[in-house]
Amino acid sequence: MTQADFFSILPIITILLWALALLVADLWIPKERKSMTALLAAVGLAVGVGISLSQVGQTALTFKGMLMLDNFAVFLNIIFLVSGILAIALSYDYLKRMGIERGEYYVLMMFSIAGMMLLTQAYNLIVVFLAIEFLSIPLYILAGFARPRLESEEAALKYFLLGTFSSGFLLYGIALIFGATKSTGLEGIMASLSANEANLVLFIAGASLMLVGFGFKVAVAPFHEWAPDVYQGSPTPASAFMAVSVKAAGFAVLLRIFLTAFPTLAQQLMPVVWGVAALTMVVGNVLAINQTNLKRLLAYSSIAHAGYLMMAFVSASNPAQTGQAVSAMLYYLVAYGLTTFGAWAVVVSLEQAEGKGLELEDYAGVGQKYPWLGAAMLVFMLSLSGIPLTIGFWGKFFLFRTTVEAGFTSLALVGLFTSLVSVFYYLRVVVYMFMRPGEPRVRRDGWLSLVAVGAAVAVVLLSVLPSRLLDMAAQAVLRLQ
Amino acid sequence: MNFGIHPLLLVTFFPLVGVLVILFLKSQQKKAIRWTALATALVTFAISLWVLAQFQPGTAGMQLELRVPWLRLDGLAIDFYMGVDGLSILMVLLTALLTPIAILSTWSAVEDRVKGFMIFFLLLEVGMTGVFLVLDLVLFYVFWEFTLIPMYFLIGIWGGERRIYAAVKFFLFTMAGSLLMLLAILVIGFQTGTFAWSDLLEKRELFAAAQTWLFLAFGLAFAIKVPMFPLHTWLPDAHVEAPTAGSVILAGVLLKMGAYGFLRFNLPLFPEATVKFAPYMAILAIIGIIYGAAVSYAQKDMKKLVAYSSVSHLGFVVLGTFALTAQSVSGSVLQMVNHGLSTGALFLIVGMLYERRHTREMSAFGGVWKVVPVMGALMLVVTLSSMGLPGLNGFVGEFTILLGSFGSKVLGSPWFAGVATLGVILAAVYLLVMFEKVFLGPVKVEANLALKDLNVREIVTLVPLLILIFWIGLYPQPFFNLINPSVENLVSMVSSALLAAH
Repeated sequence: MTQADFFSILPIITILLWALALLVADLWIPKERKSMTALLAAVGLAVGVGISLSQVGQTALTFKGMLMLDNFAVFLNIIFLVSGILAIALSYDYLKRMGIERGEYYVLMMFSIAGMMLLTQAYNLIVVFLAIEFLSIPLYILAGFARPRLESEEAALKYFLLGTFSSGFLLYGIALIFGATKSTGLEGIMASLSANEANLVLFIAGASLMLVGFGFKVAVAPFHEWAPDVYQGSPTPASAFMAVSVKAAGFAVLLRIFLTAFPTLAQQLMPVVWGVAALTMVVGNVLAINQTNLKRLLAYSSIAHAGYLMMAFVSASNPAQTGQAVSAMLYYLVAYGLTTFGAWAVVVSLEQAEGKGLELEDYAGVGQKYPWLGAAMLVFMLSLSGIPLTIGFWGKFFLFRTTVEAGFTSLALVGLFTSLVSVFYYLRVVVYMFMRPGEPRVRRDGWLSLVAVGAAVAVVLLSVLPSRLLDMAAQAVLRLQ
Repeated sequence: MNFGIHPLLLVTFFPLVGVLVILFLKSQQKKAIRWTALATALVTFAISLWVLAQFQPGTAGMQLELRVPWLRLDGLAIDFYMGVDGLSILMVLLTALLTPIAILSTWSAVEDRVKGFMIFFLLLEVGMTGVFLVLDLVLFYVFWEFTLIPMYFLIGIWGGERRIYAAVKFFLFTMAGSLLMLLAILVIGFQTGTFAWSDLLEKRELFAAAQTWLFLAFGLAFAIKVPMFPLHTWLPDAHVEAPTAGSVILAGVLLKMGAYGFLRFNLPLFPEATVKFAPYMAILAIIGIIYGAAVSYAQKDMKKLVAYSSVSHLGFVVLGTFALTAQSVSGSVLQMVNHGLSTGALFLIVGMLYERRHTREMSAFGGVWKVVPVMGALMLVVTLSSMGLPGLNGFVGEFTILLGSFGSKVLGSPWFAGVATLGVILAAVYLLVMFEKVFLGPVKVEANLALKDLNVREIVTLVPLLILIFWIGLYPQPFFNLINPSVENLVSMVSSALLAAH
């Protein structure tokens, strides 16, 4: 291992070692003081952010072409780490309140984050598979963390079965690609493709299988059905974490593999991806209309947003638009992540034991009794529907812009009409909160309020001054190819 | 004179100062909240007069321009770009005038959650003023959509029985139109690399090929807002359910945003398409005029009647806009102001009656002039103004529109103006019927004998409107002086584009 190798995975190593040390240290932390573990985990992630920031601007292919360090990876790594910190902030009080506080929770989350970071840096299909498993297995456990609650166990089992099933697709796809190109490294695959040595039939079959595998992970239609059940059954902070980070990781690797290694294939597969994007937007938004459980509603909303992100993936298949599409997607991920965490924070504040307090009716009167919490949720709902003066608007703006410029105006139209549908169900939450009388029960917790109000302020402020974040997203794509 | 802040920025964002102050007041301090809101709105009105003082009436182009880069990304330039001209100056003044009046009208009507009400009201003013002043398409979209949110809450929280239905319908209808506009904005931005109105005028050829679609996409958003037949169905619901102050602003200003959008964007940016679609738009406008009048006549509820009359009155504005003569377009701009004044006043008086009797059914009244003479007299003036009696404001606007449309080359037939004239007669019918049923004859319902006449506050809310109703009716020249240069410029732009095309 050279120094460059070491440096390129320094954040991953840090998080891993920190998690392992925490696992041991947790044994000596008394039961009633598990908040210590949470704090230590958050500090570890913050250290990870610091190290990642020091990697900005570096580009290196390390471990003999197995891993890639570039701004794209650094940008996403920071997203994962920050979302981990936010998820811990949401969990801190929640776990205590639900009586499921155990130190392993935070350690598992850190393991999963390390897996995600490895995934964005992966430059070899075997590493991709390894990283996907590495990030998923802790999540299967997190989904079932609220045991012996039946829903949580159900969520864990469903997530595990479908997750391994999709891993099967992925692995089979990788095997076929190896058969076609005699390589699992992206560089080798590219070389084999450009030298016309690859068996194209095998290659396309393999790539399609990989697409299915990733489709499961990011929950795009028609591979989305697990998401609502899993998000509903899992402990709420874990659902928030999955809704944001797993999606980001999945899209990151999709972009990395399909745009770097299979650029010509991206164009051939475009009609399929087009259909998946359109279908996901329609299915996610239409099914969300009937949801009365907030966790399910947000789950369907996250499916819909996967559809929008897919739209960027379609646009990226136009070589002239690749850079712009990727930066639009990264920007959208940040906008979506920030807003989603805020919305989940509000859900966590209202959730009561035994899965109560999650129905729309339980939100009646929130705007009147807790104006700040209501205002924050209002901001999140507007941001998710893409209404101006929220960061969600810019996310959609850039996404639609790149889609139009890449020549997919019809897909942009589908996106526009489905976001009109989404306005309806997001507004319904607002209607309940502000326009119906009720006696909501809200948990007051400093960290929760901080996440909710902080995210709301950020969502609005970043929409008034969008330049900085955009610049960062634009920088992050430069070295993708 | 300069306070160190650009006047247009100040007039747009000053209400935020009031919002900030109100945020720090306790929700029980209703009095303080109301006075803060009123004072803020009045200061904003004073600022708008200051803007007017700096406005050069003889100039056609944009004045008091402010342009700073807001967002720069490769191939993308979004500016914070504001300016005022003859098309927008009166709209800004109207907004600034109606807001304090509407706020004053809520003194006793809104008792519940006053804090939220005033915050949303002032935010709404920011949004509306912004819509009329900004000249960058993306920024315009931002303000355009932003106005939805406060209005949605005003209807949804403080509205009548079916308020939630009305609020959601209002939101979804407007949103449906504006999403297509967003797409059109993106297409224009892609083809020209800019979103700034003045740059787009110069680079018009770049998107001229797609202008039919662009016209329709922008037009749909504006037509829903105006609203034009057959896209008007959200309006009666929103109006009937909205609290009085909300209705005043909705009719007085929000609907004008649609008509203004046509003038500001559709006409100068897509002139060929404008001319192509002008007859169709005029036909829809005329259907709206007649249909609105007929439906108004059939109403039993006063507020519904006034709401449908808006569909009819705004039909004239759209007709004047698409007749594309200098006279008709000037008439349209003035008629936007007139409608804001007359219909605003009508909604206020209907609201006052409702506060007293908690019903708006015409059959519940009758002969109340004897009981409330001041209200009766004021209502008479407002009714006559709304139906276009010579000497009052409505006449000036409608007459100019009809006169201008009569000789319109674009429409090509005097029939358009001829049929529209029927609308004036029908307006007289339904408005006078309402006046007769409510104010004239013997007192039929005993409860009405105890009606209280207007108090000082209520008279104060109506007087400014009445002054303007008479002023515009008797001496409209100063208003036309403000409007005309920009309108002439606009019409010559459209016709020169036509000449170039032939």
